[in-house]
Amino acid sequence: MPLFSKPKLFSNPLKKKDIPKGLYHKCPLCNEMVYTKELEENQMVVPQSGYHFPISPQKRLEALLDEESFTPMDEMLKSVDALKFQGVASYKEKLLQYQKKTGLMDAVLSGTGKITDIPVSIAVMDFRFLGASMGSVVGEKITRTIERALEQKIPCIVVSTSGGARMYEGILSLMQMAKTSAALARLKEARLPYISVLTNPTTAGVMASYASLGDVILAEPRALIGFAGPRVIKETTQQALPEGFQTAEFLLERGLVDQIVPRTEMRDRIAGLLKALYRAPSA
Amino acid sequence: MKSEFILEFERPLRDLQNKLEDLKRTSEENKVDVKSEIDSIVAKLEITKKDIYTNLSPWQRVQIARHPKRPYALDYIAQIFTDFQELHGDRLYGDDQSIIGGTAFLKDQPVMIIAQQKGRNTKENLLRNFGCPHPEGYRKALRLMKMAERFQLPVISLIDTPGAFPGIGAEERHVAEAIAVNIREMSLLKIPVICMVIGEGGSGGALGIGIGDRVLILENAYYSVISPEGCAAILWKDRAYAPDAAKALRLGAPDLLKLKIVDEVLEEPLGGAHNDPDLMAKHIDQALQKNLREISSMDTEKRLQIRYEKFRRMGVYEENGALSGPTI
Repeated sequence: MPLFSKPKLFSNPLKKKDIPKGLYHKCPLCNEMVYTKELEENQMVVPQSGYHFPISPQKRLEALLDEESFTPMDEMLKSVDALKFQGVASYKEKLLQYQKKTGLMDAVLSGTGKITDIPVSIAVMDFRFLGASMGSVVGEKITRTIERALEQKIPCIVVSTSGGARMYEGILSLMQMAKTSAALARLKEARLPYISVLTNPTTAGVMASYASLGDVILAEPRALIGFAGPRVIKETTQQALPEGFQTAEFLLERGLVDQIVPRTEMRDRIAGLLKALYRAPSA
Repeated sequence: MKSEFILEFERPLRDLQNKLEDLKRTSEENKVDVKSEIDSIVAKLEITKKDIYTNLSPWQRVQIARHPKRPYALDYIAQIFTDFQELHGDRLYGDDQSIIGGTAFLKDQPVMIIAQQKGRNTKENLLRNFGCPHPEGYRKALRLMKMAERFQLPVISLIDTPGAFPGIGAEERHVAEAIAVNIREMSLLKIPVICMVIGEGGSGGALGIGIGDRVLILENAYYSVISPEGCAAILWKDRAYAPDAAKALRLGAPDLLKLKIVDEVLEEPLGGAHNDPDLMAKHIDQALQKNLREISSMDTEKRLQIRYEKFRRMGVYEENGALSGPTI
C-alpha cells in the first residue's frame, strides 16, 4: 500500500435531502423551508418574510373574488402561427409544448365575477405560459375583458405579469398594445374604474400598454416592473443600476405606483377602492 | 475611388462602377476607343442593379432603412412642408430632441408635425440620442397633438426610431407609461391623424406616436416588435442570426400590408430613398395630400369609429375553428 494514497471519496446517497419534491418551498428571502401546504393557505406568501411566490390565476381569482362568483369567458381562443414563424423552433412547436406542459390554452384567464357583491370584469395573466408574453390571444382576451366592462358598465381589473410582447407573432403582438389601450380609452371616457395590478414581473409591451393605464395601479411587494430589461439597460448605458432598480418599491417612490399591496390584502384594498370609485348605474 | 458608404450586398455594383471608371480613365490616358466595352459594362450595371434591388431580403431592407444616407424626418419636412415652426419641451421635465414637433403647412393646410429624428454624425447623434426617445419626447408629442386637436390641425407623424431608449432615466421617469398614454390618447384624437414609417419602426418606441386613421410605410422601411438583432439574441442566442430573425419576424412593408398593419406602401427610388431624395419627397407629399383629403372629408364620429376598428381587428387567433384575420 502506497504511503500517500488518495483518500477514497464516495457520496452518501442518504445524505441528500430526503424530502419528497414539492412538500417544502425554500424562501429566497429568509432561507427558511416553508411547508407548501402552509404557503398555499397563505396565497403563496411566506408568512415569516412576506416573500411572494407565484400563484396560479385560478388560486388568485379564488382569493380575490366572492366565492363561486367567477364565470370564465373566451376560453376557446387559440393562438395560431400567423407568420409561419421559423426560429430555432417553430411557433407551432412552442405552443404545443407549452399547452402540453401547462394544460393551458394561452396566458390569460378572464371572465366576470364579484368582489364584495360589486360585479367586475377581470383578467389574470399566467407567467407559466410562454412567460405570459402578449400575443393575439392575450390581446384579444384583455380587450374583450375591457369591452365587457364597458357593455355591462362595471369596473375592470387586470392582474398583469408578462415578459413582454410575443416575438413569435411579430408585429401582430405589437399591435395588441394598440388594441388594448384603445379599448381602455373608451373605458376612461365612460368613467368606469380600471384597476391595474402589477405582479412579478411585469415588463415591456404589457407595461407600455394596459398595465400602465390603471386609474389605480397596485403592485405586489418586490415585483419587477419596467419597460426595458435590466440587462439591456446595463449593456446599452454601461452604467451601474441603482439599488432596487425597477422594483415596485422603486416605482412607488418615483410616482408610478399608487400602493404596494401584499397579496393577502389585495381583495380588501380593491373592494375599498371600488366602493369609493364605482357607482352602479341606476336601473 | 469615392469613399461612399456601400452595403455588403451592393458590392457587385461598386465593383462594376470601379471597373467602368478605370476603363474610362485608361481610355482617356491612352486615347483608345473602348466605347463598346463601356456600353457593355453600363448595361451589366443596370441589370445588376435591378437584380439586387428588386429581390431584397428582409434583412437587406432593414439595412437600407438604417442607411446612413437615408433621408430623415427633417429632410422631408424641409422638402414637403413650408414654415415649419419647431415647438420645444414637454412642460414637465425637458426637451427630448429625438422626437421633434411643430406647426407647418402642407400646401395650404396647416398641420402639426410629430417626428422622430436621427443624427447624421456623432455630434448630431448625441443631440438626437440616435433617434431613441426618452419619456419627455412622448410627452411633448402628446402635448402638441392635444394642442393640434384644440386648433383643428391634422397631425402628421413621421416614425423613424430603433426603439425607445433603454436607460435608467427613461425607467425612472416611466417611459412605458408615456408610451401607453400616447397610444390611448391618440386613439381618441378628434382630428385626422396620418402616421408614416419612413425608416425604422422600432417596437413600442414607434407605436408611441403610431396610432392614426392611416398608417403608411415606405417600401424599404420596417416595423417590428423587436429588432432583428434583439430577436436573434433571444431565440438563437447569437446576434449574428439577425438576417434569419428579420425574415421570421415579417417586418418588411410587403408583409405588413398583407397582414393589414399598414394601409399603403410608398414605392422608393431603386436602391432606396437615399438614391433620389427629391423623388421620394414628391411621393410622400402626394401620398400625404391624398390621404389627408380622404380622411378629412369623413364625419369625425365615423372616422374615430373606423380608427378604433382598424386597430381592434389586428391580431390573428382561432375561435370555433375560424381564423380572425389575414395570415402570411
